[in-house]
Amino acid sequence: MNGIPIEHGLLLATLLFCLGLLGVLVRRNIIFVLMSMEIMFNAVGLAFITGGSRWLQADGQIMFMLVLTLAAAEVAVGLALVLQLYKRFKTLDLDVLSKLNG
Amino acid sequence: MLKLLWLVPSLPLVGFVLLVFGRLPRKLAACVGVGSIGLAALMTLLIALPFLSLPAEEQVYRQLLWQWFSVAELNVGFTLYLDPLSLVMMGIITGIGFLIHLYSVGYMADDVAFNRFFSYMNLFVAAMLLLVLGDNLVVLYLGWEGVGLCSYLLIGFWYDKPENGYAARKAFIVTRIGDTSMALGLFFIFMHLETLDIQAITQQATALWLPGSWLPVLAAALLLGGALGKSAQLPLQTWLPDAMAGPTPISALIHAATMVTAGVYLIARMHELFLLAPQVMVVIAVIGAATLLISGFTALTQTDIKRILAFSTMSQLGYMFLALGVGAWSAAIFHLMTHAFFKALLFLAAGAVIISVHHEQNIFKMGGLRKRLPLSFWCFMIGGLALVALPLTSGYFSKHEILLATAAFEHSGQWLWLAGVFGALITGIYTFRLIFIVFFGEEKGDAQESFGMVIRLPLLVLCGLSLLGGWIPLPFAQLFPALPASHGSSVMNWVTTLVPVAGIVIAYLCFYKRSAVLERLSQARSGQLLQRFWFHGWGFDWFYELFIVTPFMCLVDINKNDVVDGFYRLLAWFARLLYRLLSFTQTGRVRWYAAVIVLGVVGFVGLGVMR
Repeated sequence: MNGIPIEHGLLLATLLFCLGLLGVLVRRNIIFVLMSMEIMFNAVGLAFITGGSRWLQADGQIMFMLVLTLAAAEVAVGLALVLQLYKRFKTLDLDVLSKLNG
Repeated sequence: MLKLLWLVPSLPLVGFVLLVFGRLPRKLAACVGVGSIGLAALMTLLIALPFLSLPAEEQVYRQLLWQWFSVAELNVGFTLYLDPLSLVMMGIITGIGFLIHLYSVGYMADDVAFNRFFSYMNLFVAAMLLLVLGDNLVVLYLGWEGVGLCSYLLIGFWYDKPENGYAARKAFIVTRIGDTSMALGLFFIFMHLETLDIQAITQQATALWLPGSWLPVLAAALLLGGALGKSAQLPLQTWLPDAMAGPTPISALIHAATMVTAGVYLIARMHELFLLAPQVMVVIAVIGAATLLISGFTALTQTDIKRILAFSTMSQLGYMFLALGVGAWSAAIFHLMTHAFFKALLFLAAGAVIISVHHEQNIFKMGGLRKRLPLSFWCFMIGGLALVALPLTSGYFSKHEILLATAAFEHSGQWLWLAGVFGALITGIYTFRLIFIVFFGEEKGDAQESFGMVIRLPLLVLCGLSLLGGWIPLPFAQLFPALPASHGSSVMNWVTTLVPVAGIVIAYLCFYKRSAVLERLSQARSGQLLQRFWFHGWGFDWFYELFIVTPFMCLVDINKNDVVDGFYRLLAWFARLLYRLLSFTQTGRVRWYAAVIVLGVVGFVGLGVMR
């Protein structure tokens, strides 16, 4: 197989994952946090596909389909929650929305 | 017919269940309440007739209902035991109980808690029957505690008044002291004889134990403790006068005629054990004599009509204990029976007086009621004459027998006899003090007698029994060892007979003629002190308050925060500390959670990689 070497694919996936993680950790706006999570999902998906193409197996792509479905469901629920939160608190700042502390 | 024995305690129990769960209308409740006892009385009669026609040696019947429990070598059957003693007790309980139930229908007619009253009464009769029919001490103890419970419930029947609740608790707790002693006695007997069957105990005790050795003495003393509590004898007598807080029929049934005689029954039932402990017998006799004197003096100064009768009950129970102590078992049971007749009569008549004078109980606020309340007057007169043991009334036969047996007792019998005779004199004085003050003298108030048959009939029947009950022969020839033929001198005989009359004459002089001697005595300072001392029951309540209740309450106060609770409080504190620590991690910040998760994952994955 003389395409892109697996190391490159995995490196890109790792970079993307870390970027997404960084976004989740530093962003205060919920929308951006959700977007960062999407990036993390896709990084994981990329890792699956890279692995699948390396070993010539369809499992990687199937797992990617699963991740996509999961992401779609997550967005549906997450955005609905975001709407409700905004209606109630008039803000999307995660540090302000900390009513569930112990 | 004997097979029907199980029905006798069951009928009142069924009545109790129906009354508690049935929500019966008032008329039907009265029918069930009285009917169940009436049927039980009828059953008793049906059983008594064939039973008494048996030859004297065969007058024993045992009925095993079911095996109650069986642990290691302890086998307790739910067994009923019928012999002449339990038959007589059964007759008294169902017969007098029926009359008092009938009377209660009239007496309690206006009470809101009519059904509750009859349910308690039925439960009481059931428990009392179990007590006297139990073949082993466990069944007897079940009935014993059952009557204690009913006594508590009925003293506190009008529970909306706090002092009634106080009296009920006092009765319960004081008798509990005796009951604890009795329970210890049961354990002790089982430990040494490995049985709790009454007949087996008496057989084994006579076979194994030496008379006067410490084993039977301790066993008898522990049982005696229970009897003292239940029968209101020194030093556990203080609950009985306060028990008069309940409705008057209760006082008649429980606190005069039946329950308080349970102690007498217990000792008579276990008499062979007590015969092995002559020291305890002497103690019983002395306690009986002391109680009859102390409560007699107290009765002299009381002003509440029911309290006078209560103290006289204690005094008469003292006579029964005196008889038990000197070994005159059948005389004790005989006095128990006649006392049940005339004391029930006196209490029911007192109830009739109390209704007629609009619930006044102070005798000095009554007076001249003889013409206004002829029925109550005659009932009181007959009951009073039987109580003071005027010749040919029922009380005379039994008390005379007791006093003659006492005189023949080898351990200072003369002194005990003297105490008994002096007690009889006092009985005459306080009884006729009551009668002269209430029924003679100037008329006070507008008392009216308007009773239905349900009140008149029991009173009339009890009048008849009080007059003629002394002629009832008791079938105890085989049961109790015969006394040595009494060799009371004819002087003693005459003194015993005439002392009550002297008492009546003294009462006549003091309270009818109002002689000046009494005035002067009660004016003098020492006389007043003595009167206060007697009025408060010789200071027993004060003494117990000072030396038992107060120190106990102090201890309770000190240990209000239970020492043992400290350990559990420490546990709770520790748990709360952990909770505080953990709750710090719950900041409510999602980004913080995410970071912690990442850190954790990195940490664990790192750990896995390192290994």
